[in-house]
Order: sequence, then structure tokens, then C-alpha cells
Amino acid sequence: MSILDQVNLNDNAPVTARTARPVLNQRSMARFALYVLAVTLTLWIILPLYFITASAFSTRDALYDWPKSLFPNPISFDTMDFFLNSRGVYSSALNSLIVGLITLALSLLIGAPAGYALARFIFPGRDSYKLLILTTRAFPIVILSIPLSVTFLNFGLYDTLIGVALVHTALALPQTILVTSSIFVAVPNELEEAALTLGCHRMSAFTKIVLPMALPGLAAAAIFAFVLSWNEVFAATILTSQNRTLPAQVLGSLSNSSLPLRYAGGFVLIVPSLLFILIIRKYLLNMWGRVVK
Amino acid sequence: MAQIRLENIIKLFGKVAAVNNVSLTINDGEFMVLLGPSGCGKTTLLRCLAGLEIPDGGNIFISDQNVTEFSPRRRNIAMVFQNYAIFPHLTVYDNIGFGLKMKKFSKADIEKNVKRAATLLEVDKYLERHPAQLSGGQRQRVAVARAIAMNPAVLLMDEPLSNLDALLRMQMRAELKRLLQEIGATTVYVTHDQVEALSMGDRISVMKSGQIAQVDDPMKVYTDPANTFVGGFIGSPPMNFLVGEVVQSEGGLAVEIEGQRLPAPANLARMAGQKVTVGLRAENIEAGEVKDGPGLPTQVMVVEPLGSHLLLTTRIGGQSLKVVTPVDYPVSPDQPLWLRPDLNKLRWLDAQSGTLLNLN
Repeated sequence: MSILDQVNLNDNAPVTARTARPVLNQRSMARFALYVLAVTLTLWIILPLYFITASAFSTRDALYDWPKSLFPNPISFDTMDFFLNSRGVYSSALNSLIVGLITLALSLLIGAPAGYALARFIFPGRDSYKLLILTTRAFPIVILSIPLSVTFLNFGLYDTLIGVALVHTALALPQTILVTSSIFVAVPNELEEAALTLGCHRMSAFTKIVLPMALPGLAAAAIFAFVLSWNEVFAATILTSQNRTLPAQVLGSLSNSSLPLRYAGGFVLIVPSLLFILIIRKYLLNMWGRVVK
Repeated sequence: MAQIRLENIIKLFGKVAAVNNVSLTINDGEFMVLLGPSGCGKTTLLRCLAGLEIPDGGNIFISDQNVTEFSPRRRNIAMVFQNYAIFPHLTVYDNIGFGLKMKKFSKADIEKNVKRAATLLEVDKYLERHPAQLSGGQRQRVAVARAIAMNPAVLLMDEPLSNLDALLRMQMRAELKRLLQEIGATTVYVTHDQVEALSMGDRISVMKSGQIAQVDDPMKVYTDPANTFVGGFIGSPPMNFLVGEVVQSEGGLAVEIEGQRLPAPANLARMAGQKVTVGLRAENIEAGEVKDGPGLPTQVMVVEPLGSHLLLTTRIGGQSLKVVTPVDYPVSPDQPLWLRPDLNKLRWLDAQSGTLLNLN
């Protein structure tokens, strides 16, 4: 969200600069305001993350101290240790991993070809198809949850990992399709055509030329799907009772646990997302920095 | 080696015919240039030939085999793209050898061909590099080497020099011409640059709005354009066109341009009393101050010194006329000028359709 805001602000900046041309001061004021806004937004995101992290590595006593110290002192792994060894955490983390990997595989298997088609071909209904992809995100999962549970019960998918993975795939697909299509757009069509004239079939042109060039971006799209699954809590909670994923487990059990444990749980949930954003930052900005054809 | 025959090729994009009923025969070993302004369909025609587009009508024959619906790899062609299209993730060696590898050549054969093509294009020093480490000119050389390494029967080139700067383009132009003479493949070369077309082609097909306006050898296209479009497109400056009327006078047939008469050939008699367009090249007009011999009274509008010569824009009545003079010719704007065209080099065109009149 913060990235999107910054991009929009950057788009606006030259416009303000142009209209404020006679007064140079006004221009630097606008710039200053922009930075204030950016810093505020960043702190808005960073501070809670920091406090959760700091608390997760504090001793129990230090947690209730007032005024709070900025750095955990002494650094303690007790809380984390306790959380990681508590019942259900290990198995639910394993469940999360499995669901995440299935989601990753499915969304890439379905999403990448769709993205390729959007990037390369002009087919009838292409525009409505693009719109349709986005409308899947317009249905709140809350509304879908009851009929989904009933359907899953009927199909025997309720409380199974594959069931959760299917829902997560549905949630991840819009991003996967749009991200992969922007990756494929970035591989010039001319390269594929050159490969065709040099003796390739369509398939070998794809595997020998397009795929190697798209690989880093595809990896990012894959991690994207994985992290979406890792973080998703609502569907996972509704659709399982015993085979919980980590967020569902944390949500279910931590609400009646002690404060230190909640911080530890929060920290474990946040870390993969942060790592992921670091990795795919470049590709996200790429996607939003230019119009996806 | 291969002859190419295009029969009534039609290619539609939506309802627009990018190529509209084009027929063309390109001889074995010939260097054919497709020349035209952007949007004239020349690249589309080339892509049909390559198999990257399948025509909506007509047939394509390469070496008497109907390849109209063949995929590119079955056509024994190689293509050089406008933006080089060399593979950034492969080394120069692997780029040049890519086609041979796809055709399952042995390692030794690949190496032999890659070395030969790389040496011909003087990129043999960069075989281990990646394209990102090469300059634009070197990338273009790699792209040509990659095509040549395939030993194709037909070599297709889509504006291969348009991304190079002017100096490099001139150098590559001469080099390519020599190289293609050497390997002798039938070549189809697309360009919008008339200098490239004139200097390189065995023949030129001038295209306009999806159709071929004229196919001839370069000098013929230059001196005898089939219509005003070709004359106006080829040459710098383009051919001058003046509208006049054919009249009978005491000295024989004449054409009257803005009240001034020039002698006209006798076989124009059937056009007497009708309007006609006279085409004349700027270099075939002699400028003078005094009225001697048949000529046109004009007024100088613009004087452009171009280093090797002066380019004058003059006006006669409501029509303008470009003239080339030596650099030291004393002339200034607004001055009157008497222009004597070389009467043998006048071209006579239909005033309405703009096509060359058949005077035989």
C-alpha cells in the first residue's frame, strides 16, 4: 500500500512543479511536504513492526516496563523459544509450508500461461478477461466463506490442506496473472520471433529464450503467491478445524494467551513477508512504474 | 539458392489491408529492396515471407515450393531484425550458433560456421562476451552473423541499419553490400531510407498503401519514376512536378507552364489541349540570369547551402521548383532566375492520376 502511494505521489510531483514554476520556494515546499508524508507513511508501517520485533526478543519483565526502552535489554530468546515449542506451532507451520508450496505451484501453473497469453496475444474478450481477473478480488472472502465451507464439506475438501491451497490459489491468481504478464511483456516479442526463424518451435522458443529471461520475475511471482498463502488467515480459519495453518493457529490460540506470546507469534508471521518484499520490490515497482499492456 | 515468387499476397489487420494483392518475383541471388514510407506494408510483406505472419490470401513460393503456410523454421530463411533481437542471456558465440544448434548440427560444424560468420563480420574477438558488453554496431554485426551462419537460401533484413548512427550506417551499408555479393544468397531488404535502397539494391520495389508502385533497377526508379509518388519519394531533393497544358504552337508541340512555353516531344500530340504533369530532377536544371534558350522565369525563395552544392527553392506562379547549383553560384532570395531544364530529361505524367505517360 505504501509503495502504491509513493508511486502516485511521484506521478503528481512534476505536475505541481510545473504549475508552481514562477515561485521556486513553492516548489521546494511541495517537495518538503512530500518527504514529510513519505516519512510519516514509512513510520506508520515501520514502528509497529519494530515494536513487535523488539518485544518478541525482550524478557517478560521488560515487556511491562514503563517507560519502554527503545532496544530490548537484555535480549532474550525465552519468549520466542516458548512460542516455537508450544503445542501446534510446529505442525501448523509445516501445514502453512505445505499449503504455501501447493499454492505457489498451482498459481504459477495456471497464472503464468494466462499471463503469457495476455502479454502476447490479442484475443476476443481479452479486455473483459482482464477485468474478470480483478473482479475475483472484488468478492469479499467473508461473503464467500459460508457457501465455500458447505461446498468443501460436500466435496470432502473441508479441513484438508489441498482445500485451503485451492482457496489461496484463487486469491493469488489475479496477482500472479498480472505480474507474470508484465514480466512476459518485458521480454521483447522480436526475440521469440528471431528464435522461430532460427529453427525453434513455439515451445522451444519459449523454453530456450523467454523462460530464461523471465525466470527471476517468475520466481518473484511464485514467492508472492507463497507469502499470500502464508499470511492468509480468514479462509484458513473458516475452512479448517484440526489441520490449521500457522496464522489460523496463532489467531485461534493466541487470543487467550499471554502478551509476550502474542508478540512472538506476530514476529514469526511477519518475517517471511518482510523478506519477500525485499526480494520482489524491484518487480513490483516495475509493474506499477509502467502501464501493463 | 532460391527464387522467391509472391502471388497476389493479401494481409489484413482487422479491415485494413496492410498488403493488398502484391505479386513479385525475386530472382535467385538477387538483392531486392522493399522501399516505402512507414505503414506502406513493406515490413508486413517481409514477415509473410518469413512465416511470422500467415497471409490472408495468395501464395508464397521459395525455390518453387509453396511455403505459404509453413512455419518459419521450415522455410530455409534467416532474418535480421530492426532491433537486432540478439539473445541477451547468451554469449556472442551461442547467439551466432543458436540456429545451427536448433538444427542439430554437430559441435564441430557449429564451431566452423560460427567462426566463419564471426570472422566475416569482424566480431570474432568478442565471441565470449554477452550482448550487453557490445556497442550497437557490434550487436548489429552479431545479428547479421547469426543469420549468415545458417547458410540460408533466403536472407531477410528488416531495416537492419536504422538503429545505427549516420556514420556507422554508411560504413555498414558498404560492408553489407560487399558481404551479400560474396555469399550470394537471395536477399530481401526492407528500408524506408531511399539512399540505402538506391545504393544497395539490384532492384527496388517501391511500395505505397500495401501495393507495389514500381519495381525496377535503382537508376531506372530514380530517372523514370512510374508515378508522382515514386518520384516524390526517391531522391533528395525529390523530383519536381509542374502542372502545365499541352498546346500546339508555331514551333511545334509545347507545354505551357504558368504562361511560359517549353518545347514538348511530338508524341505528346494526343494530349493537346489537356493538362499534363512535368517531372524534372533538380540536378537537371541549369540556372542563369539571362533569358537564353527555352526555360522558366522563376523567383528565388530560399537558398540552402549544403556544403557540396546549393539547394534553391524557387517559385513560378503558384508552383515551386527546387534547383541545385554549385556552391559558388551567386544568388540571393527574391532574385529572379532563368531556369533551363535539360529537355531530354523531362518526364511526362498524367495530371490526374500522376502515372507516367506512355509516349510510344
